[in-house]
Amino acid sequence: MADLNDLGGKISAALSGAVKATNVTFGELTLVIELNDIPRVMKSLRDEFGFTILIDVTAVDWPQRAKRFDVVYHLLSTRNNTRVRVKAETDEGTAVPTIVPLFPAANWFERETFDMYGVTFADHPDLRRLLTDYGFSGFPLRKDFPLTGYVELRYDDEQKRVVYQPVKLVQEFRDFDFMSPWEGAPYILPGDEKASAPEKKS
Amino acid sequence: MSAVPDVKVDDGSENPQVTINFGPQHPAAHGVLRLVLDLDGEIVTRVDPHIGLLHRGTEKLIEHKTYLQAIGYFDRLDYVAPMNQEHAFCMAIERLTGLEVPRRGQFVRVLYCEIGRILNHLLQVTTQALDCGALTPPLWGFEEREKLMVFYERASGSRMHAKYFRPGGVHEDLPPELVADIYEWTNHFPQVLDDIEGLLTNSRIFKQRNVDIGVISRADAESWGMSGVMLRSTGVAWDLRRSQPYEVYSELDFQIPVGKNGDNYDRYLMRVMEMRQACKIMRQCIEKMPAGPVVAENHKIVPPRRAEMKRSMEALIHHFKLYTEGFHVPAGEVYAAVEAPKGEFGVYLVADGTNRPYKCKIRAPSYPHLQAMDFMCKGHMLADISAVLGSLDVVFGEVDR
Repeated sequence: MADLNDLGGKISAALSGAVKATNVTFGELTLVIELNDIPRVMKSLRDEFGFTILIDVTAVDWPQRAKRFDVVYHLLSTRNNTRVRVKAETDEGTAVPTIVPLFPAANWFERETFDMYGVTFADHPDLRRLLTDYGFSGFPLRKDFPLTGYVELRYDDEQKRVVYQPVKLVQEFRDFDFMSPWEGAPYILPGDEKASAPEKKS
Repeated sequence: MSAVPDVKVDDGSENPQVTINFGPQHPAAHGVLRLVLDLDGEIVTRVDPHIGLLHRGTEKLIEHKTYLQAIGYFDRLDYVAPMNQEHAFCMAIERLTGLEVPRRGQFVRVLYCEIGRILNHLLQVTTQALDCGALTPPLWGFEEREKLMVFYERASGSRMHAKYFRPGGVHEDLPPELVADIYEWTNHFPQVLDDIEGLLTNSRIFKQRNVDIGVISRADAESWGMSGVMLRSTGVAWDLRRSQPYEVYSELDFQIPVGKNGDNYDRYLMRVMEMRQACKIMRQCIEKMPAGPVVAENHKIVPPRRAEMKRSMEALIHHFKLYTEGFHVPAGEVYAAVEAPKGEFGVYLVADGTNRPYKCKIRAPSYPHLQAMDFMCKGHMLADISAVLGSLDVVFGEVDR
């Protein structure tokens, strides 16, 4: 634990001002940085701190926040046997600087993040969709994308090909809410949801 | 490649470039992979893998299931070694909730992880031989795989989709006859490996197809995010079982083969070695396995035993609540990784205090390996594509998720 705190301190000292916060939870070091500092921080982590392997790039969607996405990078150093997580916030419109020139492995990870969340990466060499169907629209891992999706596929016997059609469910997807008023959850009457909602900031 | 659906040829140029489609259904693609290959004669100049043909939205589905229900999805990722995936997810939950696995549970987990490793490597080694034209190794290897799947079934009730690892341990204890049968199996398995090796290791054809094919250097393997056998074949002594030990791996005596040349043949030899070591680990697990519970006793997370539920009101309430609402995991984020047979399998789990994961990113080892196809295959012959693909050891369940 102490080692990770030291390492966090060293990294933020080496990157004057780029690291906004470091914290160690569950034995893992997290660095919170600004979006534009990503290439600089990644280069320094790779060259000066030995984090040569990019494990993963992904995003987390927090729709209630103004900057709704956290872009999360995981790096591994086999020489020092340490891991680090780097996080930066972005929104739907702001492109994230790519790190493909630093880590070729980032190519598909960034493509997948774009595909799933619609987070764009500036100067990415090949930002096509990766996992979803050819011609797919929408970003499936966003919290506002329904689990069932919008279209489904079926083989049409008359047209002799596979056709897309809007999803038709015999029964609505049942998304149970286990919040209990006895455990402190707000008890909202149906139709009365907006009664006590805080006014929106203009 | 008998069926080539669309072939584009630039006529009139000095060096005609040919673009062909490899897959989506191709026996050497190990699943549903579409490769768009640019060829200059028989030399590959560009590989563009199109993946996602098996994409099922696992990560989205997990966000809509309770933690216990989500475990089942992990069997369906790398369906060649299902329990190793469950392990990473259970470890992530255990870290967030602070749950301790009892010692016997840890030994059972290690035992089944190593069975998964042998399951995977048997499939990889023998199908790679198949890709290079040998038909007998798969027949011999699959016979042993079948026996291992029976061990899966006898422990969990299912040959493949086991859902056997649970947060806090494993679902049920192993019957003593099963443990004895597994031990008996480890006695004769090295003989089967010797037989398979006898067919391949010194085979002229197998060596011609694999030695110095798909070579990768240490720096390249690192920058392409490789792990597991792929990384070790370049001479990096890195195995999470040793470097970041989990469960009881630190108490067991085993060796980790490290390659020298970083080519297909090294990786083949390493996988055979790893199977022998896994066999050794399994024997040690059985010898050292203590008596006791296999799952933690915390009934706010681990459902009570079924027999107990029939007699105790308290247990009945817990049983009902844990199988409907599930348990709540305190808010936080954690990255848990295990050394799956293919490499580092990680789960990045974000919990928001409810009974369902807020976000669960699955970091599959095959994904960056497949990504490096273009880099590794440039300048190779068309026939080497299937050999390299076989040696990368990709499974589309986990690449596409």
